[in-house]
Amino acid sequence: MSATAIAIDTNRPGVPMSRLVRVELRKMFDTRSGFWLMMSIAIVAALATIGCILFVPNENLEFAVFGSAVGFPMAILLPIVAILAVTGEWSQRTGLITFTLAPNRGQVILSKAIAAVIVGVVSMILAFAIGAIGNVVGSLLNGVDIVWDVSIGDLLLIILGNVLGLLVGFMLGVLIRNTPGAIVAYFVYSFVLPTIFGILAELVDWFKDIHLWIDFGAAQTPLFDGGFDNGEQYAQLGVSGLIWLVIPLTIGVWSVLRSEVK
Amino acid sequence: MITVEGLTKSYGGFKAVDNVSFECRPGAVTGFLGPNGAGKSTTMRIMAGLTPASSGAALVSGVHYSDIPNPGTQVGVLLDASAQHAGRTGREILTLSALTMGLPMSRVDEMLQLVSLTSEESKRRVKNYSLGMRQRLGIANALLGDPKILILDEPANGLDPAGIHWMRSLLREYANRGGTVLLSSHLLHEIEVIADEIIVIGNGRIVAQGTKAELLQTAGTFVKAGDMSALANALTTAGITASPSGDGGLRTESTPEQVGKAAASAGVALIELRPAEGAGLEEMFLELTSDTQREKNTPEGAQA
Repeated sequence: MSATAIAIDTNRPGVPMSRLVRVELRKMFDTRSGFWLMMSIAIVAALATIGCILFVPNENLEFAVFGSAVGFPMAILLPIVAILAVTGEWSQRTGLITFTLAPNRGQVILSKAIAAVIVGVVSMILAFAIGAIGNVVGSLLNGVDIVWDVSIGDLLLIILGNVLGLLVGFMLGVLIRNTPGAIVAYFVYSFVLPTIFGILAELVDWFKDIHLWIDFGAAQTPLFDGGFDNGEQYAQLGVSGLIWLVIPLTIGVWSVLRSEVK
Repeated sequence: MITVEGLTKSYGGFKAVDNVSFECRPGAVTGFLGPNGAGKSTTMRIMAGLTPASSGAALVSGVHYSDIPNPGTQVGVLLDASAQHAGRTGREILTLSALTMGLPMSRVDEMLQLVSLTSEESKRRVKNYSLGMRQRLGIANALLGDPKILILDEPANGLDPAGIHWMRSLLREYANRGGTVLLSSHLLHEIEVIADEIIVIGNGRIVAQGTKAELLQTAGTFVKAGDMSALANALTTAGITASPSGDGGLRTESTPEQVGKAAASAGVALIELRPAEGAGLEEMFLELTSDTQREKNTPEGAQA
């Protein structure tokens, strides 16, 4: 074989996004822990639904109750799915292969984000479907009318809210690149931080005015609470999201692009 | 063809790789030999675009690795056989790589067969694999895209002697078909068995490079006597400088004839007297790396 025969072919097609997204989706399911994490989404939704049927007073059995019961655990599970999708490459050191087969790291990170969002949206739809079945079964069992008190628009907003939560997990995964660290950070971020903001808003007058512009969690309230009343709420979600999601994600991606994969 | 030119990687003030230059040509297996922490893995990670170089460049056929489209189909890389998700099966790991590269799934079976992992073994999770099995899986992964260039970091680590022999035939055949192979090892024996050309690195610097024949060719004599101190005295008297060799004898730059005469005139009975070629590479490795090695264990009674 001559030297020219082993030259690198720079005109060959690269690795397309669609293939990377498919691979990233597959990686979320192909380990025992990953598989059961995904299963737990359906299992938890089913358990929450059964719990509603058993314990919620008959007159309150309506879809909104099921919707929030199945939706709440998603706020914890989906970000963990997103965190693991990113941190596994570093914690398990699989990045050595991933980033040699696809050296464009930005493309890999974007594929992971797309795969995580797909899983998030499908999980939410699945959870709502389980909740809807629960609503029908529960109402029939208890002999009450089936109440559909959540519109499709409301459901879409709740899905959007959960996708934002998932992206927060994703951002922390990209920024911290360590599984336990990112999970702890997520709990601090989503439970401790809002409490601190709440207390500050109570005690400090000037902070009260800017609270909703700074507190990403509070700014998301309209998503879970029947929609936006005015443009200011959109703006608050945008500004707080810029501070707590977009900027740290940008820093994280920038550092992934420059870092050393070991 | 892999070309490394003036490659340097610094971490703070520490130079892990210090102005390293070498070439790996097609049709040959190039061995990258050095003690642990000498800079082999860092150099190879830079080649695969995982670690940015501080200065200099590592090019694959004149191209930066990160500019190679679908690189897995052109350059096969194995950087650490243990860097795998322990919960995936061997087959799944190859499947993910095949999907990324856009290869048919039949390649996965072909590669499993090539590295002698049985169908039953391939369905086990990697955490249940021995290091040798992980190495075989890693090689299968590197060869999956049918690349013309291979970069393998410590691929023989954990293989038994039969496994090392297998790898030699595999890489030999690969190089004979025109492939370029760079493999690293901290064990001289592995490199001696597998490689045609050898690059020796110590503390980030290249300390020797050449073909195996060139590096093996050391003028010198190995000599051993029943009474070693008498022999040492005899050589000193004759003005011959000798240093202790690995297996209880002495090694010197002088010819066997000179050494034999010196021993005869002092009446020392020799057990062994021969050209020191067999042990030459080992001594070269120890010698070349001794002043750059971490452990400063000078052999007892060594002459300066």
